[in-house]
Amino acid sequence: MSELKQVKKMALMGDEAVAYAVKQADVDVIAAYPITPQTIIVERLSKYVADGELNAAFIQAESEHSAISICLGAALTGARTFTSTASQGLALMHEILHAASSMRAPIVMAIANRALNSPLNIHCDHSDVMNARDTGWIHLFANNVQQAYDLTLMAFKIAEDPELLLPVSVNLDGFILTHSVEPLEVLSDEEVLQYIPHVPYPYRIDFDKPLAYGVMALPDTYMEFRRQLYEVILKTPEVFRKAADSFSRISGRTYGLVSPYLVEDAEIIIVALGSTVETLRYVAKKFRQRGVKIGVVGLTMYRPFPEKELAKILENAKCVGVMDRAYSYGGVGGPLYTDVLTTLYKNGIKTLAADFVYGLGGRDFKLIDAEELFKKLINAIEVGRFDRDIYWWGVKE
Amino acid sequence: MNEIDVKKIVKGEFSWRTLPPAAMIRVPSSLEYKTGTWRMEKPLIDQNKCTKCLLCWIYCPDMAIIRLDGGIVEVDYDYCKGCGICAEVCPPKAIKMVEE
Repeated sequence: MSELKQVKKMALMGDEAVAYAVKQADVDVIAAYPITPQTIIVERLSKYVADGELNAAFIQAESEHSAISICLGAALTGARTFTSTASQGLALMHEILHAASSMRAPIVMAIANRALNSPLNIHCDHSDVMNARDTGWIHLFANNVQQAYDLTLMAFKIAEDPELLLPVSVNLDGFILTHSVEPLEVLSDEEVLQYIPHVPYPYRIDFDKPLAYGVMALPDTYMEFRRQLYEVILKTPEVFRKAADSFSRISGRTYGLVSPYLVEDAEIIIVALGSTVETLRYVAKKFRQRGVKIGVVGLTMYRPFPEKELAKILENAKCVGVMDRAYSYGGVGGPLYTDVLTTLYKNGIKTLAADFVYGLGGRDFKLIDAEELFKKLINAIEVGRFDRDIYWWGVKE
Repeated sequence: MNEIDVKKIVKGEFSWRTLPPAAMIRVPSSLEYKTGTWRMEKPLIDQNKCTKCLLCWIYCPDMAIIRLDGGIVEVDYDYCKGCGICAEVCPPKAIKMVEE
């Protein structure tokens, strides 16, 4: 006989939801430097610590470079460690991001996705995290505030899995999610600690049994250590599935590496990251009602790239649209587009595909923009081609 | 914890599978690297001129000056890279750099 469970509901901004999850995760060390649109996360956390609701060392660093360096050192002592940043702050962290993954530090970081200078802009795009794409971090993307909360909890579970011990970023769209109040269901503190109990870090700094950390490796050994990173991050999908399964049992909410929507018989499929996935789903449903076979797939995990799962979804598509909220200037396309094209090619999938660069610096991507975009995809199937491979959607020509 | 034989690593007998994760090792592996082989010139100490001031011992960046009883110093040629700092700082010029 099943019992009715009392579910606690709250109304929180994305930033607040992340901070609440981090508090419930009972972190030991938070080191951060404030930057919009992430600031509220660390503001809330500093209040939790000051009010005695969270027993953690809260360290305001003098820069993001120092913040992530503190987190790296703290994680190696076995402390559960959190930081958050955005945009220029993530750029300033860059060299230590590589060190954190290759030194196997299970840090969790929230990235409130924001555009990069110049011109100065504080609004949403994914240029910040795309610069950190190849650093050996696991990158998760939230579509809404509930997911920002859930994925933050799952991030600790994934990062600290003894099979991995890798840093994880939880990406939430600047302002669109960080500053939007949405209703969400939260777990109890007990449930959270049952889900992510403190487990000792196997390589923690121990003065009685000293270890070497961050050593130098010359041409005779360096490549083998990089190969270890190549191998270990590929274990993430399995660890993610385990983390998602146990999360589903306590929360009733189920996550996959990808989140397909109306894709079963879809001729047109759009691939996207972040909050835009929900905009696209809403419009796709309307187009379905008009008989258009259209579907949307969001990637919950962007690195490691869920190639197999995506290929399975795209294998019968006639036309694929890729949404890039960042660009690789001078490259063959945006970062997601090049990943999707590679997936199609490697898996022998022949389909029309085009890149839609959109929403840079917080440019709104409205329902009407999604409708126009869908029409472009429908037209491409009708005429058998796109009139170009890369569209800057919504830019004033 | 994966304990490894550093001698095997120095000889190149390893794969990425047998190396400890992220090179987190317990053994003092650098002892196995005889950096003395890098040397072009070696320091020679004239014990008659040496005043036992120990400046060479303080300045040596590789801890390759061995300090014996009574302040007598010797060079550890296994690790001395021949940088010449000891000869440079020696007040009575008791250390000479000579070609290997």
